[in-house]
Amino acid sequence: MVFNKVKFLFAACALFAGCSTPPSKVVNDPYEKTNREAHAFNKALDKEFLRPVAEEYADIMPDPMEEVVSNFATNMSYPADVLNYLLQGNLGQAMFTTNAFILNTVFGLGGAYDIAGAHGDRPRDTDFGETMARWGVGEGPYVELLVFGPSTERDAVAKVVDFVIDPLGSLLNTNQKQIVRLTNTGKVLSTRMAYDATIGGVYGSADSYAQARLYYLQNRRYTLGIKPPESADPFEELYGNE
Amino acid sequence: MATNKLLNRRIFLGALFSTAIATGPVSAASNAQAEALVSKLVGEINTIISSGNSETAMISDFESVFNRYADVPTIARYALGTEARSANSGQMDRFTNEFAGYMARKYGKQFRKFVGGAIEVNGSRPVKQYFEITTTARLQGQAPFEVSFLVSDKSGSLLFFNMYIEGINLLLSERTEIGAILDKNRGNIDAMIEDLAKAG
Repeated sequence: MVFNKVKFLFAACALFAGCSTPPSKVVNDPYEKTNREAHAFNKALDKEFLRPVAEEYADIMPDPMEEVVSNFATNMSYPADVLNYLLQGNLGQAMFTTNAFILNTVFGLGGAYDIAGAHGDRPRDTDFGETMARWGVGEGPYVELLVFGPSTERDAVAKVVDFVIDPLGSLLNTNQKQIVRLTNTGKVLSTRMAYDATIGGVYGSADSYAQARLYYLQNRRYTLGIKPPESADPFEELYGNE
Repeated sequence: MATNKLLNRRIFLGALFSTAIATGPVSAASNAQAEALVSKLVGEINTIISSGNSETAMISDFESVFNRYADVPTIARYALGTEARSANSGQMDRFTNEFAGYMARKYGKQFRKFVGGAIEVNGSRPVKQYFEITTTARLQGQAPFEVSFLVSDKSGSLLFFNMYIEGINLLLSERTEIGAILDKNRGNIDAMIEDLAKAG
């Protein structure tokens, strides 16, 4: 079942193969007008809903409980990470993430405690967007998605794929999926508050759309190990090149 | 007479400079010196973080660190972008001054939330004609993240001229921000400087 989906994805990916060039500019944003509308919506959603709820959640939940919820959600994301690492041909990370999943699930009360993290580094998370990047798919234009926020054309497609290929989808029953969904929500809320200062800084800037776009694109490339375009290095403009 | 003197000095400096290019290395500074500078800088930042001082005190401490360790006039000029060409020297001076204050407020404000955290230097390498010093910031409640400082002596002394926080180029962010404040003021540099004095 999963294998068939993967075959389909390989075929789908061939369609993208033409656009596998590294970025030549820092920002490629032909959809700026609609993106800005999505940004205005997301900013309002954060102000009126997400941040107040996240604040409330952080207030009500004792810190150790928050951690348990986030740990559980993170552990439940490992099977999908392992699958993506395998698709990327990254056996080392696939093994490392599998070990963490087994350790946490068996000895950490089903993932409530991060036993693996306490004894070394936590596995780095990954997604199908990274898998597509490893297959040579270029990021495409910048898009700001409603609710989900900053993304690129490649990463937006990959988000859908990630949802479809998540191994938990075929392993868990409805109740179990509900628990995963709830803990994921808790983790989103905790993360929102952990980065409150940074997010507040972006939203408070003179052009929060442009700042969020710049943050996302550069940070995403950095995570994927893609070098920034030469034009982003200010050295020559600052000091010349003698 | 005065012009003549100046001209002579310029020729002399020019000659000196071209000899330096012909004989000396590209950069007079060494990797070790650049790394030592960042170690000192990081040490001062860690002291501010652990001081537990008020926000105002932390901001003014950070402003002093920023002015001593960063090539502020060059960074400010870059942040202003092409507009720097149309600004007069009075405007550039005021802008540079307000820019330093704005940077100190914007970043210094965050320091109170860093209490209990610290930054450590990992290593350094030469890139083109400058040095990149990599550090790790370990803050409470967050995964450790990488901050790198770019250091050059092109200004005449060894100073940092840019920073990358997890791949995010500080100068690009600030050029975008200053550009946005300028746009809001329809390109009026004086009005932008006034806004900048309140920003951060």
